[in-house]
Amino acid sequence: MHLTPDAIIYWQHGFVKLNATIVFTWGVMLVLAIGAKLITRKLSTDHTRSRWQNLLEIVVTAILKQIEEVGLRQPEKYIGFLGTLFLFVATTSLATVIPVFEPPTGSLSTTAALALCVFVAVPAFGIVEQGMRGYLKSYVEPTIIMLPFNIIGEISRTLALAVRLFGNMMSGAMILAILLSITPFIFPIIMSLLGLLTGMVQAYIFSILAAVYIAAATRSSKAGTGLKPAPPTP
Amino acid sequence: MDYMTTLIAVASISIAGITTSFGCLGPALAEGRAVSTALSSLAQQPDASSTITRTLFVGLAMIESTAIYCFVVSMILIFANPFWNHAITMTTGK
Repeated sequence: MHLTPDAIIYWQHGFVKLNATIVFTWGVMLVLAIGAKLITRKLSTDHTRSRWQNLLEIVVTAILKQIEEVGLRQPEKYIGFLGTLFLFVATTSLATVIPVFEPPTGSLSTTAALALCVFVAVPAFGIVEQGMRGYLKSYVEPTIIMLPFNIIGEISRTLALAVRLFGNMMSGAMILAILLSITPFIFPIIMSLLGLLTGMVQAYIFSILAAVYIAAATRSSKAGTGLKPAPPTP
Repeated sequence: MDYMTTLIAVASISIAGITTSFGCLGPALAEGRAVSTALSSLAQQPDASSTITRTLFVGLAMIESTAIYCFVVSMILIFANPFWNHAITMTTGK
């Protein structure tokens, strides 16, 4: 029994390894990119459209609506980042029904990379939106005493994003492996159904939390003194 | 040295069990309270169901992450214990 798909190594030359995490990440990336390219090759605007275009339109409009409900005014600016996060995590957790597939989000390196993307993107969007001075001012927002706590919160929520996704995906795979050795008849199916549900919820949570952080970074000074929502500290 | 590895194994396994049990206890109570409050507010205001559901999911994930931390710690203690590996290398390298 292995804890992460990092331990499965397909090819090794010197210190360059090709483990299951990298292979399945590339696989998911290929499926997403080629699928999107194939579907959007012939788009139509009249009433007859392909069913795949319908699927993509549903997905894109749903993501746009969710981002807008969090409080970002122009969701088109952020869907490139947040939608990619959601689609990647959701596809990896949905692809666990394929028998040989090991979810790459069950490895701490993948989730740490995704969380670091959020960690970099939140200040970037904040600086673009309200300037360097305005963004840095949000760190000393109530008083100057809160500066270290704001910085600690920034780091700890990145850690929480990474460990939450990793723990959920890893625990699903681990419970399945344990159950297969104890009661291999019906219960693994139920637990894998639960794992699918958990994976979709975690994909939703990951992207919604990233959206909430970006929303807190981009509108803190514009909203004035009144309705500033406290950024959730994990 | 044999005594030491036994001690490390016993401590790791029992602490892993205690970690997971207490780490499930608190979040279970907290999630129960959160869901019951969300259900009663859903019954009072069905119009705000989308907002309540989204906030509930985000909050549940926040609460659940504490249980996940405990689970990760106990998994590390069982499957990837650094003290255990250190003791094993000490005994075999001797």
